[in-house]
Amino acid sequence: MIETKHVDFYYSGFHALKDISMRMEARTVTALIGPSGCGKSTFLRLFNRMNDLIDDTRVSGECLIDGEDIYHKSVAVDELRKRVGMVFQKPNPFPKSIFENVAYGLRVNDVRDKSFIACRVEASLRAAALWGEVKDKLRESAFALSGGQQQRLCIARALAVSPSVLLMDEPASALDPISTSKIEELIADLKRDYTIVIVTHNMQQAARVSDKTGFFMMGELVEFGETRMIFSDPVNEQTRNYVNGRFG
Amino acid sequence: MNKKLKQSIAFATFRLLGFLVVGVLFYILGFIVYNGAGVISWEFLTASPEEGMSAGGIFPAIVGTLCLVAGSVAIAFPVGVMSGIYIHEYLRNKWVARVIRVMTNNLGGIPSIVFGLFGMALFVQAFGFGDSILAGSFTLALLALPLVIRTTEEALKAIPGSYRAGSYALGAGKLQTIFRVTLPVAMPNILTGLILSVGRVSGETAPILFTVAAYFLPRLPSGIFDQVMALPYHLYVIATSGTDIEASRPMAYGTALVLVAIVLVMNLLATATRLRLGKKTKMD
Ligand SMILES: Nc1ncnc2c1ncn2[C@@H]1O[C@H](COP(=O)(O)OP(=O)(O)O)[C@@H](O)[C@H]1O
Ligand SMILES: [Mg+2]
Repeated sequence: MIETKHVDFYYSGFHALKDISMRMEARTVTALIGPSGCGKSTFLRLFNRMNDLIDDTRVSGECLIDGEDIYHKSVAVDELRKRVGMVFQKPNPFPKSIFENVAYGLRVNDVRDKSFIACRVEASLRAAALWGEVKDKLRESAFALSGGQQQRLCIARALAVSPSVLLMDEPASALDPISTSKIEELIADLKRDYTIVIVTHNMQQAARVSDKTGFFMMGELVEFGETRMIFSDPVNEQTRNYVNGRFG
Repeated sequence: MNKKLKQSIAFATFRLLGFLVVGVLFYILGFIVYNGAGVISWEFLTASPEEGMSAGGIFPAIVGTLCLVAGSVAIAFPVGVMSGIYIHEYLRNKWVARVIRVMTNNLGGIPSIVFGLFGMALFVQAFGFGDSILAGSFTLALLALPLVIRTTEEALKAIPGSYRAGSYALGAGKLQTIFRVTLPVAMPNILTGLILSVGRVSGETAPILFTVAAYFLPRLPSGIFDQVMALPYHLYVIATSGTDIEASRPMAYGTALVLVAIVLVMNLLATATRLRLGKKTKMD
Protein backbone atom coordinates (compact mmCIF):
# COMPACT_ATOMS: atom_id res chain seq x y z
CA MET A 1 0.00 0.00 0.00
CA ILE A 2 1.22 3.47 -0.92
CA GLU A 3 0.03 6.59 0.81
CA THR A 4 0.89 10.27 0.59
CA LYS A 5 -0.15 12.83 3.18
CA HIS A 6 -0.02 16.52 2.31
CA VAL A 7 2.98 16.16 0.03
CA ASP A 8 4.51 19.28 -1.49
CA PHE A 9 7.41 19.21 -3.92
CA TYR A 10 9.65 22.02 -5.16
CA TYR A 11 12.18 22.32 -8.00
CA SER A 12 14.28 25.13 -6.50
CA GLY A 13 11.69 27.95 -6.61
CA PHE A 14 9.01 26.08 -8.55
CA HIS A 15 6.14 24.52 -6.61
CA ALA A 16 5.56 21.36 -8.67
CA LEU A 17 3.26 19.33 -6.38
CA LYS A 18 0.75 20.95 -4.08
CA ASP A 19 -0.62 19.26 -0.99
CA ILE A 20 -1.19 15.82 -2.49
CA SER A 21 -2.91 13.22 -0.32
CA MET A 22 -3.65 9.90 -1.93
CA ARG A 23 -3.99 6.21 -1.05
CA MET A 24 -3.13 3.37 -3.42
CA GLU A 25 -4.08 -0.12 -2.26
CA ALA A 26 -1.79 -3.12 -2.65
CA ARG A 27 -2.28 -5.16 -5.82
CA THR A 28 -4.24 -2.54 -7.65
CA VAL A 29 -3.44 -0.42 -10.67
CA THR A 30 -3.63 3.33 -10.20
CA ALA A 31 -3.54 5.54 -13.29
CA LEU A 32 -2.32 9.13 -13.17
CA ILE A 33 -3.65 11.37 -15.90
CA GLY A 34 -3.50 15.06 -16.66
CA PRO A 35 -2.10 17.58 -19.13
CA SER A 36 1.67 17.44 -19.67
CA GLY A 37 3.68 19.40 -17.15
CA CYS A 38 1.09 18.91 -14.41
CA GLY A 39 3.47 16.91 -12.22
CA LYS A 40 2.60 13.25 -12.91
CA SER A 41 6.19 12.16 -13.45
CA THR A 42 7.38 14.19 -10.50
CA PHE A 43 4.77 12.49 -8.32
CA LEU A 44 5.74 9.05 -9.58
CA ARG A 45 9.44 9.67 -8.91
CA LEU A 46 8.65 10.44 -5.27
CA PHE A 47 8.14 6.74 -4.56
CA ASN A 48 11.57 5.47 -5.62
CA ARG A 49 13.19 8.76 -4.68
CA MET A 50 14.52 9.36 -8.16
CA ASN A 51 13.79 13.04 -7.56
CA ASP A 52 16.71 12.95 -5.12
CA LEU A 53 19.03 12.82 -8.12
CA ILE A 54 17.90 16.25 -9.29
CA ASP A 55 19.80 19.13 -7.71
CA ASP A 56 18.09 21.64 -5.51
CA THR A 57 14.75 19.92 -4.92
CA ARG A 58 12.71 19.72 -1.74
CA VAL A 59 9.88 17.53 -0.54
CA SER A 60 7.63 17.93 2.48
CA GLY A 61 4.72 15.93 3.88
CA GLU A 62 4.69 12.17 4.24
CA CYS A 63 5.19 9.37 1.69
CA LEU A 64 4.42 5.96 3.14
CA ILE A 65 4.94 2.56 1.58
CA ASP A 66 3.44 -0.21 3.67
CA GLY A 67 3.26 2.24 6.52
CA GLU A 68 6.97 3.19 6.39
CA ASP A 69 7.98 6.80 5.75
CA ILE A 70 10.34 6.41 2.79
CA TYR A 71 11.86 9.85 3.32
CA HIS A 72 12.90 9.03 6.86
CA LYS A 73 16.63 9.32 7.58
CA SER A 74 16.92 5.61 8.37
CA VAL A 75 15.76 4.54 4.89
CA ALA A 76 18.51 3.26 2.56
CA VAL A 77 17.64 4.60 -0.88
CA ASP A 78 19.26 1.66 -2.70
CA GLU A 79 17.12 -0.77 -0.72
CA LEU A 80 14.02 1.28 -1.39
CA ARG A 81 14.68 1.18 -5.13
CA LYS A 82 14.83 -2.60 -5.04
CA ARG A 83 11.37 -2.67 -3.49
CA VAL A 84 10.01 -0.04 -5.86
CA GLY A 85 10.79 -0.79 -9.49
CA MET A 86 10.43 1.71 -12.32
CA VAL A 87 9.79 1.50 -16.06
CA PHE A 88 10.55 4.57 -18.13
CA GLN A 89 8.81 6.25 -21.02
CA LYS A 90 11.41 5.34 -23.61
CA PRO A 91 12.74 1.76 -23.37
CA ASN A 92 16.24 2.11 -21.90
CA PRO A 93 17.93 -1.29 -21.88
CA PHE A 94 21.65 -1.25 -21.11
CA PRO A 95 24.09 -1.92 -23.94
CA LYS A 96 24.50 -5.47 -22.69
CA SER A 97 23.08 -8.86 -23.55
CA ILE A 98 19.44 -9.69 -22.84
CA PHE A 99 20.54 -11.93 -19.97
CA GLU A 100 22.83 -9.31 -18.43
CA ASN A 101 20.13 -6.67 -18.62
CA VAL A 102 17.82 -8.75 -16.46
CA ALA A 103 20.64 -9.91 -14.18
CA TYR A 104 21.91 -6.35 -13.64
CA GLY A 105 19.80 -5.54 -10.59
CA LEU A 106 20.91 -8.78 -8.92
CA ARG A 107 24.57 -8.26 -9.71
CA VAL A 108 24.66 -4.71 -8.32
CA ASN A 109 23.05 -6.07 -5.20
CA ASP A 110 25.90 -8.55 -4.74
CA VAL A 111 24.03 -11.68 -5.74
CA ARG A 112 26.76 -14.12 -6.89
CA ASP A 113 24.95 -17.46 -7.00
CA LYS A 114 24.94 -18.30 -10.72
CA SER A 115 22.08 -20.75 -10.69
CA PHE A 116 19.96 -18.38 -8.61
CA ILE A 117 20.62 -15.57 -11.10
CA ALA A 118 19.73 -17.81 -14.04
CA CYS A 119 16.52 -18.79 -12.24
CA ARG A 120 15.53 -15.19 -11.54
CA VAL A 121 16.30 -14.14 -15.10
CA GLU A 122 14.06 -16.85 -16.52
CA ALA A 123 11.27 -16.17 -14.03
CA SER A 124 11.39 -12.42 -14.68
CA LEU A 125 11.36 -12.85 -18.45
CA ARG A 126 8.40 -15.22 -18.11
CA ALA A 127 6.57 -12.76 -15.88
CA ALA A 128 7.18 -10.04 -18.47
CA ALA A 129 5.79 -12.31 -21.23
CA LEU A 130 9.07 -12.21 -23.09
CA TRP A 131 10.64 -15.60 -22.36
CA GLY A 132 9.25 -17.36 -25.42
CA GLU A 133 10.63 -14.72 -27.75
CA VAL A 134 14.14 -14.51 -26.31
CA LYS A 135 14.95 -17.83 -24.68
CA ASP A 136 17.20 -18.87 -27.56
CA LYS A 137 19.11 -15.60 -27.78
CA LEU A 138 19.77 -14.58 -24.20
CA ARG A 139 23.40 -13.77 -25.04
CA GLU A 140 22.50 -11.41 -27.86
CA SER A 141 22.46 -7.65 -27.47
CA ALA A 142 19.29 -6.15 -26.04
CA PHE A 143 19.41 -3.61 -28.86
CA ALA A 144 18.55 -6.33 -31.35
CA LEU A 145 15.02 -6.47 -29.88
CA SER A 146 12.09 -4.41 -31.13
CA GLY A 147 10.93 -1.39 -29.15
CA GLY A 148 8.05 -3.29 -27.60
CA GLN A 149 10.30 -6.21 -26.66
CA GLN A 150 12.84 -3.78 -25.20
CA GLN A 151 10.15 -2.29 -23.00
CA ARG A 152 9.09 -5.73 -21.77
CA LEU A 153 12.77 -6.45 -21.15
CA CYS A 154 12.90 -3.31 -19.00
CA ILE A 155 9.88 -4.61 -17.09
CA ALA A 156 11.61 -7.97 -16.61
CA ARG A 157 14.72 -6.13 -15.44
CA ALA A 158 12.67 -4.33 -12.81
CA LEU A 159 10.93 -7.55 -11.70
CA ALA A 160 14.22 -9.42 -11.26
CA VAL A 161 15.01 -7.75 -7.94
CA SER A 162 11.58 -8.79 -6.56
CA PRO A 163 9.94 -5.41 -5.96
CA SER A 164 6.48 -5.04 -4.50
CA VAL A 165 5.67 -1.82 -6.31
CA LEU A 166 6.02 -1.06 -10.02
CA LEU A 167 6.07 2.54 -11.24
CA MET A 168 5.45 3.07 -14.95
CA ASP A 169 5.89 6.43 -16.61
CA GLU A 170 3.99 6.36 -19.91
CA PRO A 171 5.43 2.90 -20.63
CA ALA A 172 3.67 2.49 -23.96
CA SER A 173 3.82 5.99 -25.39
CA ALA A 174 6.80 5.16 -27.62
CA LEU A 175 5.30 1.88 -28.86
CA ASP A 176 3.10 0.71 -31.72
CA PRO A 177 -0.50 -0.42 -31.02
CA ILE A 178 0.28 -4.15 -30.92
CA SER A 179 3.17 -3.70 -28.50
CA THR A 180 0.97 -1.37 -26.48
CA SER A 181 -1.77 -3.94 -26.08
CA LYS A 182 0.84 -6.52 -25.04
CA ILE A 183 2.03 -4.16 -22.31
CA GLU A 184 -1.57 -3.60 -21.21
CA GLU A 185 -2.23 -7.35 -20.98
CA LEU A 186 0.96 -7.65 -19.01
CA ILE A 187 -0.15 -4.99 -16.55
CA ALA A 188 -3.41 -6.85 -15.99
CA ASP A 189 -1.34 -9.96 -15.23
CA LEU A 190 1.19 -8.28 -12.98
CA LYS A 191 -1.55 -6.74 -10.88
CA ARG A 192 -1.93 -10.07 -9.10
CA ASP A 193 1.50 -9.69 -7.51
CA TYR A 194 2.43 -6.02 -7.65
CA THR A 195 1.09 -2.62 -6.71
CA ILE A 196 1.20 -0.66 -9.94
CA VAL A 197 1.15 3.09 -10.52
CA ILE A 198 1.05 4.09 -14.16
CA VAL A 199 1.23 7.52 -15.78
CA THR A 200 -0.51 7.68 -19.12
CA HIS A 201 -1.53 10.19 -21.72
CA ASN A 202 -3.96 7.78 -23.21
CA MET A 203 -7.48 7.98 -21.68
CA GLN A 204 -8.59 4.65 -23.14
CA GLN A 205 -5.50 3.03 -21.69
CA ALA A 206 -6.21 4.45 -18.24
CA ALA A 207 -9.81 3.25 -18.52
CA ARG A 208 -8.71 -0.23 -19.66
CA VAL A 209 -5.95 -1.03 -17.19
CA SER A 210 -6.61 0.82 -13.96
CA ASP A 211 -8.78 0.35 -10.89
CA LYS A 212 -8.44 3.90 -9.69
CA THR A 213 -7.53 7.10 -11.50
CA GLY A 214 -6.09 10.37 -10.27
CA PHE A 215 -6.46 13.52 -12.35
CA PHE A 216 -3.68 16.09 -11.90
CA MET A 217 -3.60 19.68 -13.03
CA MET A 218 -0.91 22.28 -12.39
CA GLY A 219 0.57 20.34 -9.49
CA GLU A 220 -2.73 19.62 -7.80
CA LEU A 221 -4.68 16.40 -7.48
CA VAL A 222 -8.01 17.56 -8.83
CA GLU A 223 -9.91 14.33 -8.44
CA PHE A 224 -9.14 10.78 -7.40
CA GLY A 225 -11.53 7.85 -7.45
CA GLU A 226 -12.71 4.64 -9.06
CA THR A 227 -11.66 4.66 -12.71
CA ARG A 228 -15.24 3.81 -13.75
CA MET A 229 -16.54 6.89 -11.94
CA ILE A 230 -13.79 9.23 -13.17
CA PHE A 231 -14.58 8.37 -16.77
CA SER A 232 -18.36 8.13 -16.57
CA ASP A 233 -19.42 10.50 -13.87
CA PRO A 234 -16.65 12.68 -12.42
CA VAL A 235 -17.50 15.08 -9.65
CA ASN A 236 -15.25 17.85 -10.86
CA GLU A 237 -16.03 19.99 -13.90
CA GLN A 238 -12.34 20.13 -15.00
CA THR A 239 -12.04 16.35 -14.78
CA ARG A 240 -15.16 15.98 -16.91
CA ASN A 241 -13.73 18.31 -19.54
CA TYR A 242 -10.38 16.55 -19.57
CA VAL A 243 -11.62 12.97 -19.84
CA ASN A 244 -14.02 14.04 -22.56
CA GLY A 245 -11.11 15.51 -24.47
CA ARG A 246 -12.33 19.08 -24.26
CA PHE A 247 -8.86 20.31 -23.28
CA GLY A 248 -5.46 18.97 -22.36
CA MET B 1 31.94 43.95 -58.20
CA ASN B 2 28.82 41.83 -58.28
CA LYS B 3 27.91 39.28 -55.67
CA LYS B 4 28.51 36.27 -57.85
CA LEU B 5 32.00 37.28 -58.81
CA LYS B 6 32.92 38.03 -55.19
CA GLN B 7 31.62 34.64 -54.20
CA SER B 8 33.58 32.75 -56.80
CA ILE B 9 36.77 34.65 -55.92
CA ALA B 10 36.26 33.79 -52.26
CA PHE B 11 35.63 30.10 -53.00
CA ALA B 12 38.61 29.93 -55.32
CA THR B 13 40.81 31.37 -52.56
CA PHE B 14 39.49 28.91 -49.99
CA ARG B 15 39.99 26.01 -52.35
CA LEU B 16 43.52 27.11 -53.20
CA LEU B 17 44.48 27.45 -49.54
CA GLY B 18 42.86 24.12 -48.72
CA PHE B 19 44.76 22.32 -51.42
CA LEU B 20 47.94 24.13 -50.43
CA VAL B 21 47.75 22.77 -46.89
CA VAL B 22 47.01 19.22 -48.03
CA GLY B 23 49.71 19.61 -50.67
CA VAL B 24 52.34 20.60 -48.12
CA LEU B 25 51.32 17.67 -45.95
CA PHE B 26 51.69 15.21 -48.81
CA TYR B 27 54.95 16.82 -49.85
CA ILE B 28 56.41 16.29 -46.37
CA LEU B 29 55.23 12.69 -46.24
CA GLY B 30 56.46 12.05 -49.77
CA PHE B 31 59.80 13.65 -49.00
CA ILE B 32 60.33 11.46 -45.96
CA VAL B 33 59.27 8.30 -47.76
CA TYR B 34 61.38 9.15 -50.82
CA ASN B 35 64.52 9.79 -48.78
CA GLY B 36 63.95 7.25 -46.05
CA ALA B 37 62.62 4.22 -47.89
CA GLY B 38 66.07 3.45 -49.30
CA VAL B 39 67.64 2.66 -45.94
CA ILE B 40 64.74 0.67 -44.55
CA SER B 41 65.81 -2.92 -44.40
CA TRP B 42 65.53 -5.84 -42.03
CA GLU B 43 68.95 -4.93 -40.67
CA PHE B 44 68.00 -1.28 -40.17
CA LEU B 45 64.99 -2.29 -38.10
CA THR B 46 66.71 -4.97 -36.04
CA ALA B 47 70.34 -3.94 -35.57
CA SER B 48 72.07 -1.45 -33.32
CA PRO B 49 73.70 1.71 -34.67
CA GLU B 50 77.35 1.39 -35.68
CA GLU B 51 80.27 3.49 -36.89
CA GLY B 52 79.29 6.72 -35.18
CA MET B 53 75.61 6.05 -35.96
CA SER B 54 76.17 6.36 -39.70
CA ALA B 55 75.57 2.66 -40.25
CA GLY B 56 73.77 -0.27 -38.65
CA GLY B 57 70.20 0.12 -37.47
CA ILE B 58 67.90 1.77 -34.96
CA PHE B 59 66.50 -1.21 -33.10
CA PRO B 60 67.29 0.10 -29.58
CA ALA B 61 65.57 3.41 -30.39
CA ILE B 62 62.45 1.64 -31.69
CA VAL B 63 62.28 -0.51 -28.57
CA GLY B 64 62.89 2.59 -26.40
CA THR B 65 60.07 4.55 -28.00
CA LEU B 66 57.69 1.57 -27.71
CA CYS B 67 58.62 1.26 -24.01
CA LEU B 68 57.85 4.94 -23.51
CA VAL B 69 54.54 4.62 -25.35
CA ALA B 70 53.54 1.66 -23.19
CA GLY B 71 54.73 3.39 -20.01
CA SER B 72 52.91 6.64 -20.66
CA VAL B 73 49.69 4.78 -21.61
CA ALA B 74 49.92 2.81 -18.36
CA ILE B 75 50.14 6.07 -16.40
CA ALA B 76 47.96 8.47 -18.42
CA PHE B 77 45.08 6.00 -18.79
CA PRO B 78 44.12 5.41 -15.13
CA VAL B 79 45.03 8.91 -13.97
CA GLY B 80 43.31 10.66 -16.88
CA VAL B 81 40.18 8.51 -16.81
CA MET B 82 39.77 8.82 -13.05
CA SER B 83 40.23 12.59 -13.22
CA GLY B 84 37.67 12.80 -15.98
CA ILE B 85 35.22 10.70 -13.97
CA TYR B 86 35.77 12.88 -10.93
CA ILE B 87 35.22 16.12 -12.81
CA HIS B 88 32.16 14.94 -14.71
CA GLU B 89 30.42 12.55 -12.32
CA TYR B 90 31.35 13.64 -8.83
CA LEU B 91 32.22 17.32 -8.78
CA ARG B 92 29.05 19.20 -7.82
CA ASN B 93 30.59 22.66 -7.57
CA LYS B 94 30.42 24.11 -11.10
CA TRP B 95 32.95 26.77 -10.23
CA VAL B 96 35.64 24.32 -9.16
CA ALA B 97 34.94 22.24 -12.27
CA ARG B 98 35.45 25.29 -14.44
CA VAL B 99 38.75 26.17 -12.75
CA ILE B 100 40.02 22.61 -13.22
CA ARG B 101 38.94 22.64 -16.86
CA VAL B 102 40.72 25.92 -17.56
CA MET B 103 43.84 24.69 -15.79
CA THR B 104 43.97 21.41 -17.72
CA ASN B 105 43.53 23.30 -20.98
CA ASN B 106 46.37 25.63 -20.03
CA LEU B 107 48.47 22.63 -19.11
CA GLY B 108 47.99 21.43 -22.67
CA GLY B 109 49.39 24.72 -23.95
CA ILE B 110 52.66 24.64 -22.02
CA PRO B 111 55.72 24.06 -24.26
CA SER B 112 56.97 20.51 -24.03
CA ILE B 113 60.50 21.59 -23.06
CA VAL B 114 59.03 23.00 -19.85
CA PHE B 115 57.51 19.58 -19.13
CA GLY B 116 60.95 18.13 -19.79
CA LEU B 117 62.54 20.42 -17.23
CA PHE B 118 59.77 19.77 -14.73
CA GLY B 119 60.04 16.04 -15.28
CA MET B 120 63.76 16.19 -14.62
CA ALA B 121 63.32 18.14 -11.42
CA LEU B 122 60.46 16.00 -10.09
CA PHE B 123 60.84 12.46 -11.37
CA VAL B 124 64.56 12.23 -12.10
CA GLN B 125 65.83 14.14 -9.08
CA ALA B 126 63.19 14.58 -6.35
CA PHE B 127 61.68 11.08 -6.75
CA GLY B 128 65.10 9.66 -7.47
CA PHE B 129 64.04 7.68 -10.55
CA GLY B 130 67.20 8.86 -12.34
CA ASP B 131 67.30 9.04 -16.13
CA SER B 132 64.96 6.14 -16.76
CA ILE B 133 61.99 4.76 -18.66
CA LEU B 134 59.93 5.46 -15.55
CA ALA B 135 60.84 9.16 -15.41
CA GLY B 136 60.37 9.57 -19.16
CA SER B 137 57.00 7.79 -19.14
CA PHE B 138 55.73 9.97 -16.31
CA THR B 139 56.83 13.12 -18.13
CA LEU B 140 55.21 12.05 -21.41
CA ALA B 141 52.07 11.01 -19.51
CA LEU B 142 51.83 14.51 -18.02
CA LEU B 143 51.92 15.88 -21.53
CA ALA B 144 49.17 13.54 -22.71
CA LEU B 145 46.97 13.98 -19.63
CA PRO B 146 45.05 17.15 -20.58
CA LEU B 147 43.74 15.55 -23.73
CA VAL B 148 42.92 12.25 -22.00
CA ILE B 149 41.00 14.06 -19.26
CA ARG B 150 39.21 16.15 -21.81
CA THR B 151 38.14 13.25 -24.00
CA THR B 152 37.03 11.26 -20.95
CA GLU B 153 34.83 14.14 -19.88
CA GLU B 154 33.39 14.55 -23.36
CA ALA B 155 32.79 10.82 -23.67
CA LEU B 156 30.92 10.73 -20.34
CA LYS B 157 28.92 13.80 -21.27
CA ALA B 158 27.72 12.10 -24.47
CA ILE B 159 26.09 9.21 -22.59
CA PRO B 160 22.29 9.49 -22.36
CA GLY B 161 20.98 10.11 -18.86
CA SER B 162 18.50 7.27 -19.36
CA TYR B 163 21.29 4.70 -18.80
CA ARG B 164 22.16 6.21 -15.44
CA ALA B 165 18.49 6.53 -14.47
CA GLY B 166 17.89 2.88 -15.41
CA SER B 167 20.78 1.78 -13.25
CA TYR B 168 19.90 3.87 -10.20
CA ALA B 169 16.30 2.73 -10.43
CA LEU B 170 17.48 -0.86 -9.86
CA GLY B 171 19.21 0.07 -6.62
CA ALA B 172 22.71 0.48 -8.07
CA GLY B 173 25.03 2.97 -6.40
CA LYS B 174 26.97 5.68 -8.14
CA LEU B 175 30.24 3.73 -8.36
CA GLN B 176 28.47 0.64 -9.68
CA THR B 177 26.64 2.73 -12.26
CA ILE B 178 29.89 4.28 -13.45
CA PHE B 179 31.86 1.03 -13.67
CA ARG B 180 29.11 -1.22 -15.01
CA VAL B 181 27.20 1.09 -17.35
CA THR B 182 28.64 4.52 -17.98
CA LEU B 183 32.33 3.73 -18.39
CA PRO B 184 31.92 0.69 -20.68
CA VAL B 185 29.78 2.77 -23.02
CA ALA B 186 32.23 5.67 -22.96
CA MET B 187 35.31 3.46 -23.37
CA PRO B 188 35.65 3.49 -27.18
CA ASN B 189 35.85 7.28 -27.21
CA ILE B 190 38.15 7.37 -24.21
CA LEU B 191 40.55 4.87 -25.79
CA THR B 192 40.55 6.85 -29.01
CA GLY B 193 41.57 10.01 -27.17
CA LEU B 194 44.20 8.11 -25.22
CA ILE B 195 45.86 6.55 -28.25
CA LEU B 196 45.77 9.79 -30.21
CA SER B 197 47.35 11.82 -27.45
CA VAL B 198 50.00 9.24 -26.59
CA GLY B 199 50.76 8.87 -30.29
CA ARG B 200 51.30 12.59 -30.45
CA VAL B 201 53.55 12.90 -27.42
CA SER B 202 55.61 9.85 -28.34
CA GLY B 203 57.06 11.92 -31.18
CA GLU B 204 58.25 14.66 -28.81
CA THR B 205 61.94 15.14 -28.11
CA ALA B 206 61.99 17.80 -25.42
CA PRO B 207 60.18 15.87 -22.65
CA ILE B 208 62.51 12.88 -22.93
CA LEU B 209 65.69 14.88 -23.39
CA PHE B 210 66.47 15.27 -19.69
CA THR B 211 64.45 12.37 -18.35
CA VAL B 212 65.28 9.19 -20.24
CA ALA B 213 66.88 9.53 -23.67
CA ALA B 214 70.36 8.12 -24.16
CA TYR B 215 72.72 9.52 -26.77
CA PHE B 216 74.11 6.15 -27.70
CA LEU B 217 73.18 2.93 -25.95
CA PRO B 218 73.32 -0.05 -28.27
CA ARG B 219 71.66 -2.53 -25.91
CA LEU B 220 68.11 -3.11 -24.79
CA PRO B 221 66.76 -1.95 -21.41
CA SER B 222 66.47 -4.59 -18.70
CA GLY B 223 64.00 -2.73 -16.45
CA ILE B 224 62.03 0.44 -15.90
CA PHE B 225 64.97 2.18 -14.24
CA ASP B 226 67.13 1.90 -17.36
CA GLN B 227 67.84 4.65 -19.84
CA VAL B 228 66.88 3.99 -23.45
CA MET B 229 67.44 5.48 -26.86
CA ALA B 230 64.29 6.91 -28.42
CA LEU B 231 63.42 7.67 -32.03
CA PRO B 232 62.82 11.45 -31.85
CA TYR B 233 66.01 12.09 -29.90
CA HIS B 234 68.01 9.68 -32.05
CA LEU B 235 66.82 11.58 -35.09
CA TYR B 236 67.91 14.84 -33.52
CA VAL B 237 71.31 13.40 -32.67
CA ILE B 238 72.16 11.97 -36.06
CA ALA B 239 70.83 15.07 -37.81
CA THR B 240 72.94 17.50 -35.78
CA SER B 241 75.86 15.95 -33.97
CA GLY B 242 77.05 12.72 -35.55
CA THR B 243 80.70 12.33 -36.45
CA ASP B 244 79.84 12.59 -40.12
CA ILE B 245 76.52 14.33 -40.59
CA GLU B 246 76.38 13.97 -44.37
CA ALA B 247 77.10 10.25 -44.18
CA SER B 248 74.37 9.66 -41.63
CA ARG B 249 71.74 11.69 -43.50
CA PRO B 250 69.97 8.63 -44.99
CA MET B 251 69.84 7.12 -41.49
CA ALA B 252 68.08 10.26 -40.29
CA TYR B 253 65.41 10.00 -42.98
CA GLY B 254 64.96 6.32 -42.26
CA THR B 255 64.50 7.08 -38.57
CA ALA B 256 61.98 9.80 -39.39
CA LEU B 257 60.03 7.39 -41.56
CA VAL B 258 59.86 4.79 -38.80
CA LEU B 259 58.73 7.41 -36.29
CA VAL B 260 56.01 8.68 -38.61
CA ALA B 261 54.92 5.11 -39.31
CA ILE B 262 54.60 4.35 -35.59
CA VAL B 263 52.47 7.45 -34.97
CA LEU B 264 50.37 6.65 -38.04
CA VAL B 265 49.81 3.08 -36.89
CA MET B 266 48.69 4.36 -33.50
CA ASN B 267 46.20 6.70 -35.13
CA LEU B 268 44.83 3.87 -37.26
CA LEU B 269 44.62 1.77 -34.11
CA ALA B 270 42.59 4.55 -32.46
CA THR B 271 40.14 4.61 -35.35
CA ALA B 272 39.85 0.83 -35.42
CA THR B 273 39.23 0.70 -31.67
CA ARG B 274 36.45 3.21 -31.91
CA LEU B 275 34.78 1.44 -34.80
CA ARG B 276 35.06 -2.01 -33.25
CA LEU B 277 34.07 -1.20 -29.67
CA GLY B 278 31.60 1.39 -30.91
CA LYS B 279 29.67 -1.21 -32.80
CA LYS B 280 29.41 -3.49 -29.78
CA THR B 281 27.96 -0.86 -27.45
CA LYS B 282 26.06 1.21 -29.96
CA MET B 283 22.76 2.55 -28.72
CA ASP B 284 19.45 2.13 -30.60
N1 LIG C 1 14.34 18.57 -13.39
C1 LIG C 1 13.45 19.59 -13.32
N2 LIG C 1 13.85 20.83 -12.95
C2 LIG C 1 12.98 21.84 -12.89
N3 LIG C 1 11.68 21.74 -13.18
C3 LIG C 1 11.21 20.54 -13.58
C4 LIG C 1 12.08 19.40 -13.66
N4 LIG C 1 11.35 18.35 -14.07
C5 LIG C 1 10.08 18.80 -14.22
N5 LIG C 1 9.98 20.12 -13.92
C6 LIG C 1 8.77 20.96 -13.97
O1 LIG C 1 7.82 20.40 -13.08
C7 LIG C 1 6.55 20.37 -13.69
C8 LIG C 1 6.02 18.97 -13.69
O2 LIG C 1 6.80 18.17 -14.54
P1 LIG C 1 6.51 16.64 -14.77
O3 LIG C 1 6.36 15.99 -13.46
O4 LIG C 1 7.55 16.12 -15.67
O5 LIG C 1 5.11 16.69 -15.52
P2 LIG C 1 4.33 15.57 -16.33
O6 LIG C 1 5.02 14.27 -16.13
O7 LIG C 1 2.95 15.59 -15.78
O8 LIG C 1 4.32 15.99 -17.75
C9 LIG C 1 6.69 20.98 -15.07
O9 LIG C 1 6.26 22.30 -15.04
C10 LIG C 1 8.17 20.90 -15.35
O10 LIG C 1 8.57 22.01 -16.13
MG1 LIG D 1 5.98 13.05 -17.58
